[in-house]
Amino acid sequence: MDFFKDIGKILSTSEYMSYIWSGLKTTLIVSLGAAALGMLLGMLVAVIKISAQSNKKLKVPEIICNIYIGIIRGTPVALQLFIMAFAILAIRNFPLEITAILTFGINSGAYVAENLRAGIMSVDIGQTEAGRSLGLSSSTTMMSVVIPQAIKNVIPAMGNELIALIKETSIVSMVGLIDLTFAAKIIGAGDKMADYFVPMMVVAIFYLAIVYILTFVLRKLERKLRESEQHISDKKAAKVQAKTTKKLNRIQARYDKYVASVKTDTQEDM
Amino acid sequence: MQELEIKQSASTDDQVMLKIDNLTKSFGNNQVLKGISTDVCKGEKVVIIGPSGSGKSTLLRCLNLMETPTSGAVYFNGEQLNAKNTDINAHRQHMGMVFQHFNLFNNLTVIENIMLAPVKIGLKQLRKQKAELLKLKIKQLFGKDKDKEVKVTLNKRVIYKQAMDNAMQLLDRIGLKDKATVYPSTLSGGQKQRIAIVRALAMNPQVMLFDEPTSALDPEMVGEVLEVIKELAVGGMTMVIVTHEMGFAKEVATRVLFIDEGIIKEDAPPKELFGNPKDERLKEFLSKVL
Ligand SMILES: Nc1ncnc2c1ncn2[C@@H]1O[C@H](COP(=O)(O)OP(=O)(O)OP(=O)(O)O)[C@@H](O)[C@H]1O
Ligand SMILES: [Mg+2]
Repeated sequence: MDFFKDIGKILSTSEYMSYIWSGLKTTLIVSLGAAALGMLLGMLVAVIKISAQSNKKLKVPEIICNIYIGIIRGTPVALQLFIMAFAILAIRNFPLEITAILTFGINSGAYVAENLRAGIMSVDIGQTEAGRSLGLSSSTTMMSVVIPQAIKNVIPAMGNELIALIKETSIVSMVGLIDLTFAAKIIGAGDKMADYFVPMMVVAIFYLAIVYILTFVLRKLERKLRESEQHISDKKAAKVQAKTTKKLNRIQARYDKYVASVKTDTQEDM
Repeated sequence: MQELEIKQSASTDDQVMLKIDNLTKSFGNNQVLKGISTDVCKGEKVVIIGPSGSGKSTLLRCLNLMETPTSGAVYFNGEQLNAKNTDINAHRQHMGMVFQHFNLFNNLTVIENIMLAPVKIGLKQLRKQKAELLKLKIKQLFGKDKDKEVKVTLNKRVIYKQAMDNAMQLLDRIGLKDKATVYPSTLSGGQKQRIAIVRALAMNPQVMLFDEPTSALDPEMVGEVLEVIKELAVGGMTMVIVTHEMGFAKEVATRVLFIDEGIIKEDAPPKELFGNPKDERLKEFLSKVL
């Protein structure tokens, strides 16, 4: 069959494969960069919006956050990409990867913020109260107690966001950045294979593989984070116990090392 | 029931720890507290009783500013807590609070629950010391404060180690040392509340605030929690306790406040308040609960 022969041809032609590998690299770099930026931005915006409810000083930052979320969610991401690439960052030799990471990161941040905010609100207020009653600041309580629990609640939504993000990055081909999708287009062009179907299929399999792996990892992560919940298996309980014991032993070891070092210091002084 | 000797150390009798001055609190149009004034002296065990919705929790939560008073003042060791520039976090470190629903941190194991605040606050002080030292060094670079000296006395490893040892000791005290490395979700209500109490104790508080510490417990677990609180009382801890356990109140309290309709209707030692109630509403309340 021609179809499989063509697939074999793509896989065995190093020129074609180099397009695919570099396209894959671009897709992954843009996706991961954007996801990291989106996570940071989203966390910042979510925390500002939540804190603004009890802190009047954050009124202006809150309004800025709301405008940001409104604009990002109210306009197409392709348009946002064009504005970044052809207007704001239309600087000669400015790396397109960075443009793409910024665009998708800023875009993703708005969605992550809303997800996280919902996650933070779903954590029992008693958790915050307990932290604050011990004299911890609101940011320490947020970081050490609330956000770890909120993240557990939002992992499924975040996973969907990340998967959507990876697929969405395929529009970077519209501003000339060679990602996985663009690579298929190049290979399928008249001067190469003169057939779009097969390279597009090959690339589709790559996307599917990425999404599948991601889904698998997220499911594992979700399960791991749920360890602290009600029905924890004996095996998991033993694992948690071992991990905490290790942590405590480390504290002891570091302390012993410190005490020993102080002793030798004073001996040298004498 | 076991007879307890509750110390109210004579030497510190009049040392006011908490001063509540004409405190009011409204939620929207609903005025819950309508002018509460009382002092809590060092070593006192003040029990607050009253009908549901009378504002007991609200009053207790105003003491460490979990609720912001609408008017009036709360003083802790002479400092007004609800003043503009008060560092409330610094004061809360000396005021332990125990909640009806335990509120153990679900994402942390038992020992991590107890260690969190001491470690975080220790590290914060360490950072402060380091910042001071850096500031001085920069100043000295410009020839100022030549003879001044700032020492970094804290050490990260020591902070962790002390927090750990202290947590273990506290767990040992309540007989739950073997639960150090498990998540709170695997514990019974009574165990959770006892751990919540020692979590607060890990900060070495000067006063403990309890909001119905046994109301969410199965009856067979009430005793073990009250036992821990009683031990604390015997140890001389200053406490403010909201409770519906009248027997416990009689036993532990040095003073009982009956709160109703947002004011203190009666304020007397337990023998007097339970034995010879004067307020009509209190008589009615006691006839229902006793
Ligand atoms: N955060 C809040 N927002 C609005 N109203 C509140 C809030 N907290 C308490 N209230 C109201 O204040 C009143 C007193 O509540 P509070 O919890 O202090 O009563 P309580 O004496 O502790 O009652 P209980 O014995 O049932 O715990 C109630 O009418 C309650 O509805
Ligand atoms: Mg209450």
